[in-house]
Amino acid sequence: MPESLLILQPQAMRRALSRIAHEIAEQNEQSHEVGILGIQRGGVHLAQRLARDLGVIWGHAVPVGTLDVGMHRDDLSQKAPPEILPTTIPFDVNGKTVVIVDDVLFSGRTTRAALDSLNDFGRARRVQLVVLVDRGHRELPIKADFVGKYVTTTRAQRVDVRLSENGGEDAVYLETP
Amino acid sequence: MSWNRKHLLDIQSMSREEILTVLDTARGFKAVGERAIKKVPALRGKTVVNLFVEPSTRTRISFELAAQRLTADIVNFTAESSSLKKGETLKDTARNLEALNADIIIIRHSASGAPHFLARFLHASVVNAGDGAHEHPTQALLDLFTIRERKGKIEGLNVTILGDILYSRVARSNIWGLLKLGAKVTLCGPSTLVPRVFEEMGCRVTHNIDEAIADADIIHLLRIQHERQRKTMFPSIGEYTKLFSINQERFERTKPEALIMHPGPINRGVEIESQIADGNRSVILEQVTNGLAVRMAVLYLVSGGKPHDIAA
Repeated sequence: MPESLLILQPQAMRRALSRIAHEIAEQNEQSHEVGILGIQRGGVHLAQRLARDLGVIWGHAVPVGTLDVGMHRDDLSQKAPPEILPTTIPFDVNGKTVVIVDDVLFSGRTTRAALDSLNDFGRARRVQLVVLVDRGHRELPIKADFVGKYVTTTRAQRVDVRLSENGGEDAVYLETP
Repeated sequence: MSWNRKHLLDIQSMSREEILTVLDTARGFKAVGERAIKKVPALRGKTVVNLFVEPSTRTRISFELAAQRLTADIVNFTAESSSLKKGETLKDTARNLEALNADIIIIRHSASGAPHFLARFLHASVVNAGDGAHEHPTQALLDLFTIRERKGKIEGLNVTILGDILYSRVARSNIWGLLKLGAKVTLCGPSTLVPRVFEEMGCRVTHNIDEAIADADIIHLLRIQHERQRKTMFPSIGEYTKLFSINQERFERTKPEALIMHPGPINRGVEIESQIADGNRSVILEQVTNGLAVRMAVLYLVSGGKPHDIAA
C-alpha cells in the first residue's frame, strides 16, 4: 500500500540549511574564493538560498550558478536521453573552492557526473558537496561534506524534496511504493 | 520533453512536441560550443558513420564536428573514394558498415527514401542528411531553431520561402516544420519552380515577389542551381535575378525586423545582393552555428536508450 511520510518539516529544513551555511563559512576562511553551483535540477534553488545566507554571513555577494550533468551521465545508453538544462557558471572555476549543491545524495553517480562536467570548466582548488538529504545506497566512493539530514531508506523508496520556490511548502517526504 | 525515436528520417512524421524537444535540447548543446573545452562525453565510444553517397562538404563537416564534440568516433565514407564506384549496392555498403558495429549512420543520397530503406534493416540509428528532393530534416530543424532564437516563437510568423521550391528538400522539410509549429508559409518563385500544387500542403503560393515579402517576418532564400535550371526552368540567370532576387530596393520594402535566411552556399548577386547577405538582418552565419548545435542534439537524442525508462 503506497505511503507518504513527512520526514523533514518546513522549520527543520530551513534550520538545516542555515546550519549548513554556517558550516560552509566555518570551513572556508577565504570567503572570496568560494563559488556555489546548484546541480540541475534539484540543487538549483537550494544553491540560491545558500548563496543568499552566506552573503549575509560574509557581508559580500557570493557568486552562484547552475550545473547540468545530463551530458555526463553514465547511463545514457540504458535510459531515455535526459532533458538538457542550462549550465551557467558566473565565475572563474580555476583556483576556487566550488561548492556543488544537490537535493538528494543516493548512488553518487550524479555527483560523479557533476565533477566530470565541472572539470571541463577549469581546475578548482577544491570541490565541496552539499546535499539536503543523504539517503544511503552509495554505488561509488563518494560522500557529502555538508548534509542536512541522513535518512535510512530502502532502494525502492523515493525521497521527494519539495521547495516553496516550486509552489507549495518546504518539506521532504519519503514515498514508499 | 518527448523522444522515443531511434532514427531521424523526416520532419513529415514528427510531432510538434518532438520538434520542440530537438530545439530545446539544441539550446544546451549550443552552449557547449561557446566554452573553452567544446566537448562532452555523451557519445563516448560510439561509432558514427557519415555515409555521403551524394557529395557535400558543409553538412558533412557539420555532422563530423557534432559527433566529435560528443566524443564519438567518426568515419567519413564518400562516394568518390568508395566501393560504391565498384558497383557495391547501398544495402551491402550499409551492412558492411554495420559489421563494424557502427551506432549511427548519417546518410545523404540522391534517391528519395534511401534513409528509410536503410532504417528497415539496420540495427544502427539512421539520420537523414538529405535524400533526393524529399527531405533534409536537420536543415529544417536548424532553421526553426534560428527563427525561434531570434523571434522567440514560430507560431503566427509569416515565413516566405523564395526560389526553387520544386527541387528543394530544404524547402519541403521547412514547410512541414513551419506548418507543424503554426507559422504561415508563403512560397514564391518562377511558376516553373513553384507549382500551385504546394497549396495543398497549406501554403500560400505566389509568383509575385513584392507580394510575397511585404509582410514577411522571415525571408528564406533558396539557392538557384544554375546548371540544371538555366537550361529548362527559366530563360536566364539575369531574368531570375531581376524578378526574384532580394536586391537593395526590394529589401527596403520589407518589414524593418524581417530576417534573411539561406541554407548556403549563397550565390552573391543572384538570389541575394552582397551587402544584404553581410548585413545585420541576415542570420545566414548563425544558421551555420546553430546547425552544429542541432546536429549534436539529434545525435544525442537518437543514441539514447529505451524510451520508457525516464531518467531520474
